Amino acid sequence: MNPERPLSGLKVLDFSSTVLGPTTTRYLADHGALVVRVESQAHPETTRISSPYAGEESGLNRSGYFATHNAGKLSLTLNMARPGARRVVEKLIGWADVFIESFAPGVMARWGLSYEEVRGIKPDIIMASTCLEGQTGPRAAHRGYGQMATALAGWFDLTGWPDGEPVGPYSAYSDFIDWNFLIVSILAALDHRRRTGQGQYIDQSQLESALQFMAPALLDFAANGRVATRMGNRDPHAAPHGAYPCRGEDRWLAVAVTSEEEWRSFRQVMGDPAWAREPQFQSLSGRKAHEDELDRRVGAWTAAREAETLMVELQAAGVPAGVVQNAEDLFQDPQLEHRCHFAALDHPEMGRYHIATIPFHLSKSENRPTSPAPLFGQHTDLVLREFLGLCDEEIADLVIDGALE
Amino acid sequence: MSPPGRGALSPYRMLDLTDEKGYLCGKMFADLGADVIKIEPPGGDAARRQGPFYRDDPDPEKSLFFWAYNAGKRGVTLDIDQEAGRALLGRLVKTADFLVESFPAGRMKARGLGYDDLERVNPGLIVASITPFGQTGPRAAWKGPDIVPWALGGYMWMTGEPERAPLRISHPPQAYLHAASAAAIGCLMALLHRAATGQGQHVDVAAQQCPSWMLTNTYAYWDLMKQNLGRAGVLRHFGQVHLKTLWKARDGRLSFMFAGGSIGAKGQRRVVELMEQEGMAEDWLRDLDWNRVDALSASPEGLGKITEAFSRFFETKTKAELLEEAVKGGIMLAPVNTVADVADDLQLKARGFWQRVRHPELEAELPYPGAPVKMSATPWQIRGPAPRLGQHNAKVYEEELGLPKDETARLREQGVI
Repeated sequence: MNPERPLSGLKVLDFSSTVLGPTTTRYLADHGALVVRVESQAHPETTRISSPYAGEESGLNRSGYFATHNAGKLSLTLNMARPGARRVVEKLIGWADVFIESFAPGVMARWGLSYEEVRGIKPDIIMASTCLEGQTGPRAAHRGYGQMATALAGWFDLTGWPDGEPVGPYSAYSDFIDWNFLIVSILAALDHRRRTGQGQYIDQSQLESALQFMAPALLDFAANGRVATRMGNRDPHAAPHGAYPCRGEDRWLAVAVTSEEEWRSFRQVMGDPAWAREPQFQSLSGRKAHEDELDRRVGAWTAAREAETLMVELQAAGVPAGVVQNAEDLFQDPQLEHRCHFAALDHPEMGRYHIATIPFHLSKSENRPTSPAPLFGQHTDLVLREFLGLCDEEIADLVIDGALE
Repeated sequence: MSPPGRGALSPYRMLDLTDEKGYLCGKMFADLGADVIKIEPPGGDAARRQGPFYRDDPDPEKSLFFWAYNAGKRGVTLDIDQEAGRALLGRLVKTADFLVESFPAGRMKARGLGYDDLERVNPGLIVASITPFGQTGPRAAWKGPDIVPWALGGYMWMTGEPERAPLRISHPPQAYLHAASAAAIGCLMALLHRAATGQGQHVDVAAQQCPSWMLTNTYAYWDLMKQNLGRAGVLRHFGQVHLKTLWKARDGRLSFMFAGGSIGAKGQRRVVELMEQEGMAEDWLRDLDWNRVDALSASPEGLGKITEAFSRFFETKTKAELLEEAVKGGIMLAPVNTVADVADDLQLKARGFWQRVRHPELEAELPYPGAPVKMSATPWQIRGPAPRLGQHNAKVYEEELGLPKDETARLREQGVI
C-alpha cells in the first residue's frame, strides 16, 4: 500500500511569516496539505532576507533560514494595497479550508478580512490568527515577535545562572512552544468540521500559549507564593546534574544521576575515587547539600575525558548522559541518522540542502518532506490558473493593476 | 468555573499511560473535550511525589506538578504487569480511540501490549509512544531524562553565555513537554488518517528530534556554510552582527531588539521621538532614516552608537512606562517578567486567561493557566481538577465496563487496581 499523507486534499492559505506561522504550515505541508504562502514584493518575509545564504550569496531565493521553514509550500505574490488583490484574496478564501495569519491585530480588519468577513466568503473556513498578546484586551495592539512573548511569559527569568543576569533560552522560545498549540487547535477544529460542517476562529495569544509550559511554576506561585527562578543546570531531584566540561574546545557532557543505583554506577565508571565514597555523597539530599563541591569533583574528572566516549561508557553503565551537541554533531548523530532525521531536498537555486523532519514516525502514513521551499512568487501563475480558475485576460488585468507584486 | 462548552474532541476517549514525559498530551486532549482516563499503577505515579506541593505539603494528592498536567482527566489504577491487569486494559482498549504511553522503548511489547497486539484488539486504535530516542535504533535503549535529549537535540548548545557551560531551562521537563505536544499532533494526524481509511496506527515520538526544530537558522549555517554557531548569551546572531536583546529599564529589565527595514522603523522612530521630548536625542540620531538604517547590516560602530543612546534613554524609564509607549507607538519592546509579574498581568486578566479550578476535597481553588488559544466554536478549557488516585475506579470498571462489585473487590485484593 502506498501510504497516504493524512492531510492530503487539505488546502491552506498562509498569510503568516517568520517562524511560528511558517512552522505550523510546514507541519501541515509535510502531512500532505497544499499550502499557498502569500508574499509581498514590497515587504519580503524576514527570513527570506536573513542569512545563511547558499554559496554565501544573498538573494530572495537563497536563504537557508527561509528554506528550512517553508519546504513543500507554494508561493504566490500579492500586493494587498492594489484593488485587484481583493478579488484574488476572495477567491483564495473560497478555495481554502484553513486560513492562517500572523499580523498585528487590526491589519486583517483594515483589509476587510476580519473573521466575520472571511466567514461571509467561506462559511465553514477555519481561520487562525496568531499575535503577541491576542486579538482583544488592553494590550491587543502590542506588536512584536517571539522574543518579546518569551520575556513577557517569564522564560528569560527562568533561564540562567543563579548568580547572574537572566540569559533566556535561545531565540524566540515562546514561538517553539506556541506552534504546538496552534497546530493542535487547527487539527482539532478540522476534525470538528469534518463531523459537523462547522468552521471556527482561533485566536492565539503567543503569551498565553507560552505560559502552558510553566504551569507548575504558576500554580506554585498561586498556592505558595513562591517565585520560581533560574538555577543554572541544577535539578531538585537529581545530583550530579549538569553540563560538565570535556576534553577539547567547548565540549560538554550533560549528566543526570537520578537515583542511588545510578549514583553507584556513576562511582564505578569514575573508578570509585575516595571522595565519592565519603558519606555526604551517599544520598540525594547529601549530594544536593554539597553540590558545589560535587560539581567541581565531577567536572575535574570529565575535563580530561572525551565527551563522546564518556557518554557511551556512562550509558552502558545505566547512567543518563548526552553530549551537548552542536549543529555539526547533529548531522553525524547515529540515532538521528537511524531516524532519518534530516531530509535532503534539491532546490533550483540553492542546490541540495537539508531540513529536520517531523519528530514522530507514523506507521501507516507518510510525513517526510519531498519538495524544497518555493522561489519567491514561483507559483503565482499556477495558483491563479489551476486552483482559482482565472483566465489569461483576468491575469493580465491583475498584472496591469500591480496586484501580483 | 464557567460551564464547559463542548470541546472539539468530545467524541473521543484516550487512555493515558504516560508519566511526566507524556502528561501534557492527554491534558491537551482533555481540555479539548476528550474523555481522558489517566491510568496509574496501584501505588500512583511517581510524579505525585514530585514537588512543588500545595501549601508545601508533600502529600501525593497535592503535587502541583501532577495537578498542572493532569487537570480534567479521569483517573483509575491498574497494574499492567499482572495478567489480570492486562486483560482489563484490553477491555478498555476496545472502547478507546487513543492510547498514549511513555515507557522505555520495548517495554509495552514485552508485556504483550505492543502496537501489533493492541491493533488486534482494536484496529482503529491510535497508539502514541513517547521515548527519548524513538522505538528503534542504536540508542533506543539509552536513558534520557530531560537534560539528555535537550543536549543531544542541539538546543542546549545554543543557550547560555559563551564563557560558561551551556544551559538548560530551569523548569523541567521542557524537552518532554515538546515531545508530548508532538505526540498530540501525531495523534490528531492519525485521527484524520483514520477518518479517511478506518485504520488506526502507531505514532512513534523521539524527544531527541524536537529540539532541532527550535534552532531557527542554526543548522542551516552548518549545512550551507559549514559554520557552527555558538551560544551568545542575550545577544542574537544576524550574519556578522550580534544584536542585544536584554536591556535595562529604571526598575528592571526589558526585551528589545533592533529590527531591519519597515518592520522596526515605526517603533524605532517612536523611541527617538520620545527621546526628543526629553532632550535626549542628538542631531545625528534625529536625522537617522530608519527605513534605511538596517540594524542587520549596520556597521558594528554605527550599531554601537545607536545602542548606547537607546540604553541611556531606557534606563530613565520604568518598565510600565515603556510598555505603555510600546503598545501605543508600535515599539517592539516588552518587560522581562517574573512568575509573580505574570500572575498580576492586566492583559491576561482582561482576556479571562486564568481559569479557577476547584479541588473540593481540599476546599481549595486555584487559578490555573487557562486556554492557550481561544476557539470560537469548541472552547479549549480545563474541564476539572486532576484525578485523585483511583478516583474513578468504580465508575469506569463497574458502571462502564460492567464488572461486578465482587470482581473489583477481588482485583483490589490482588493489587491489580
